[in-house]
Amino acid sequence: MNDTVKRKVLIADDEPNIVVSLEYLMKREGHEVLVARDGDEALALARSAGPALVLLDVMMPGKSGFEVCQALRADAATAGIKVLMLTAKGRDTDVAQGLGVGADAYMTKPFSTRELAAKVRELLG
Amino acid sequence: MPARRADLRAAAAALLPGAAFGALLALAALLLALTLGAHERPALWALVEPRIALVVMLWFLASLAAGAALQLAWRRWGAVPGRLAEQLQVLAASGDDHALALDAPGSSADARALVAAANALVRERQALRSEIAARVAEASRAVEQERSRLAALMAELNESVVVCNLDGRILLFNARARLQLRTLADAAGGARIGGVEPVALGRSIYALLERRLVAHALEAVRQRLARGAAHPTAQFVTGTAGGQLLRVQLAPVRAIGASASGAADATSASSASSASSAACASSASSASSTSSTSSTSSTSSASAEGERAQGSAPAPTSAAAAAAALPDAPLNGFVLLLDNITREIAEADERDRLLQRLSEGSRGAVGNLQAAVELLDDPGLDAPTRERFLGVIRDEIGALSRRLAEAAAQSAALGRTRWPMEDMLGADLAATAARRIESACASRVQLADVDAALWLRVESWSVVQALLHLALRLEQGWGAMRLQIRLAPADKAAERAQLDLVFPLQPMSTETVVTWETEPLEGSAGPGAPTLRDIVERHGGAFWFERERARQFAFFRFLLPLAAATQPLDADEVVGPGSRPEFYDFDLFGRAGAQGSELGARRLVQLTCTVFDTETTGLEPSAGDRIIQIGAVRIDAGKLRRHDSFEQLVDPGRSLPEAGIAIHGIRPEMLRGQPAIDAVLPAFRAYAADSVLVAHNAAFDMRFLQLAEAASGVHFDMPVLDTLLLSAVLHPRQDSHSLEAIAGRLGVPVLGRHTALGDAIVTAEVFLKMIPLLEAAGIATLAQALEASRKTYLARLSY
Repeated sequence: MNDTVKRKVLIADDEPNIVVSLEYLMKREGHEVLVARDGDEALALARSAGPALVLLDVMMPGKSGFEVCQALRADAATAGIKVLMLTAKGRDTDVAQGLGVGADAYMTKPFSTRELAAKVRELLG
Repeated sequence: MPARRADLRAAAAALLPGAAFGALLALAALLLALTLGAHERPALWALVEPRIALVVMLWFLASLAAGAALQLAWRRWGAVPGRLAEQLQVLAASGDDHALALDAPGSSADARALVAAANALVRERQALRSEIAARVAEASRAVEQERSRLAALMAELNESVVVCNLDGRILLFNARARLQLRTLADAAGGARIGGVEPVALGRSIYALLERRLVAHALEAVRQRLARGAAHPTAQFVTGTAGGQLLRVQLAPVRAIGASASGAADATSASSASSASSAACASSASSASSTSSTSSTSSTSSASAEGERAQGSAPAPTSAAAAAAALPDAPLNGFVLLLDNITREIAEADERDRLLQRLSEGSRGAVGNLQAAVELLDDPGLDAPTRERFLGVIRDEIGALSRRLAEAAAQSAALGRTRWPMEDMLGADLAATAARRIESACASRVQLADVDAALWLRVESWSVVQALLHLALRLEQGWGAMRLQIRLAPADKAAERAQLDLVFPLQPMSTETVVTWETEPLEGSAGPGAPTLRDIVERHGGAFWFERERARQFAFFRFLLPLAAATQPLDADEVVGPGSRPEFYDFDLFGRAGAQGSELGARRLVQLTCTVFDTETTGLEPSAGDRIIQIGAVRIDAGKLRRHDSFEQLVDPGRSLPEAGIAIHGIRPEMLRGQPAIDAVLPAFRAYAADSVLVAHNAAFDMRFLQLAEAASGVHFDMPVLDTLLLSAVLHPRQDSHSLEAIAGRLGVPVLGRHTALGDAIVTAEVFLKMIPLLEAAGIATLAQALEASRKTYLARLSY
């Protein structure tokens, strides 16, 4: 754990039951946590708050995770934000699409919290 | 004209003796004058002069008597051969043996002997014919038996079967096809005016199915044939106007004669086809000359597995090269298996959604559970947070159980079907897409980096449509551009290929692409029109848009499934020629393409005709008389299609004169509630599409039709043949060319006259009998028949 670097992490997911866990996990990792409930909110928060990393759910109301990711990459101000996609869509076509639109990593639900935490550290490290 | 000549000859016979006697007298006088001396002549003249009246009288009486005798003799001996010849010609050319009543009133014993001899010949021919007929009947019974076996087999099929020639004309169909396509046509809305069946022999399948779809499937089949596949088939799904979905499987019908010498088969085929129309000798003779050998190739859905073992062709590098590489596969028709899968597709979609909900929902739920459970072990957890995690666990477990129960209940209710994916060489798909785009857009397409070895499992039509849709949108946004199609194995997804449409980088937003992805595809309108996203989902694929800023281009990427690994090649069951029965109207295969050949050069026997008749309120369209009934029947490939008829009463919008009712039997109350002419005429025009109009005294009917053209917005611009004029061409010496008279002459039984349909049928039968007579007179093509009619018309006018 590295308490000296306190970074902002944006959690974009419409399911409160996973947000509870992610929020706790990210706080435990020592990050400042922001939560967005849909794609548009996620994009707005990413632009205004400038997080270091977004945990981005693919299936959200409004803009999908793919669209949010593409929009982030299209804008120079947000292009540098790390994107970790989380999704219940397990098909490899979705993984390919996620990476194709510019995600840095892709994790399929269910995932282990330990692996997620490690992945986040790797991306921010 | 010849009639006049005959009269001239009779007149000459009457005058000839007078002239001869006159000449004789003059000669005698001259000789006498020459032998007499100069002084003897006046003396003789003095003797003769008072009695000159006697000489003239004698000459006149002798001339009269001899003239009358000679004219009688001409009538008795001279004119008979001409008349006999004409009657014999009719007999010889027509197939009809109505007991030869060669009439020669007051004819001589010699003429009677001639008639008797001719009659003997006719009787002999009759005997021969009945023998042939018996044999033909026997043969046709055998064919009939084969055919009914086939019909029974086809009736058992759960799928609709339609066989067409390359023009899309229907040669054969089963009852289920008729029912299914009729339902589709009805679902498309609009009552069927005239009681026309949408499926009938000789009609175009393109009235029901999109021509481009069939062409696309045919092209796919040709590509496979060219690669040596034994039994390629292609499939597509098409939406109809009524929102129904039809799955169509297409199998080629190949010409045997085109690849090998098929002379032996040709004779057997034509004998079979002529046997099926044995009742009509004239059409049998025409069939034997026009039919080409045809044998349906396998209709089994062997699909493309067979050909893949043969290896794959190198990838064409440009669309043009691919087009040029297409060989002329010897196809002469195709078999369509139709299946209405609206319900099944809906079920399949529902099942897919169910499965997706189940798997994705469960993944989510399990993910939530796993995260919560793992974090419960965290030593630094406070009580409220622990309670929150436990709440998550209880909640998710409840949701999971409900979801499972729901899924179990729903899946039981669903049947099983699938979109018709087929194996296709990726390079073929790319080349087809490039051609389609280049024909619809100004943009040029280059095929680059197309992996020649990739086999895809796709619904090729919709993928091509999706690519075309994108190309059109790009062009609408930024004008024509250079596009590129790439195909390679997918980088990150197993068993997938990535198909890219590459274009120069444009300032386009993600929202724009999402719009393109979710709107109905360009060129496919109506309810249920698929979106690009639908098509990608159908393939279990993915679609996105990537920019390569550094290299100044961007691309749309499709992930499409690869075909499963090659299956062992089945032992190829070769269907030998003749192993399939010839049935219905396969001589239609032999016909030239409607678009390809000049209609005028088409032989009469090969024409598709709409024979029609109208009943009207009276005879004067200019005085307000109107059509009250249209009846029509089709002739196709020299055969009358009684079941493909059109019959419709028309509300004339005016009163019905009493005088006509006795003739046509149509009473005012029968016309109440019938459609008006402006509704009927478009339906009749559609019925008569792609055909030549035939009517008796066509000018009359055409005047009425043309009068109604403006109001109904249709135009009858097809060629028109008139049986009245054709009869005058054939038999100029006959007095009457009324329909009854012609029918009597040609041995056509007249039933049900003076209904429009009844008259149309008689006219059609008369026309069919005329075709061989016209051919014997050197009038074989439509152009020749029109020209002869025109001349006769002028000749009749000048009388």
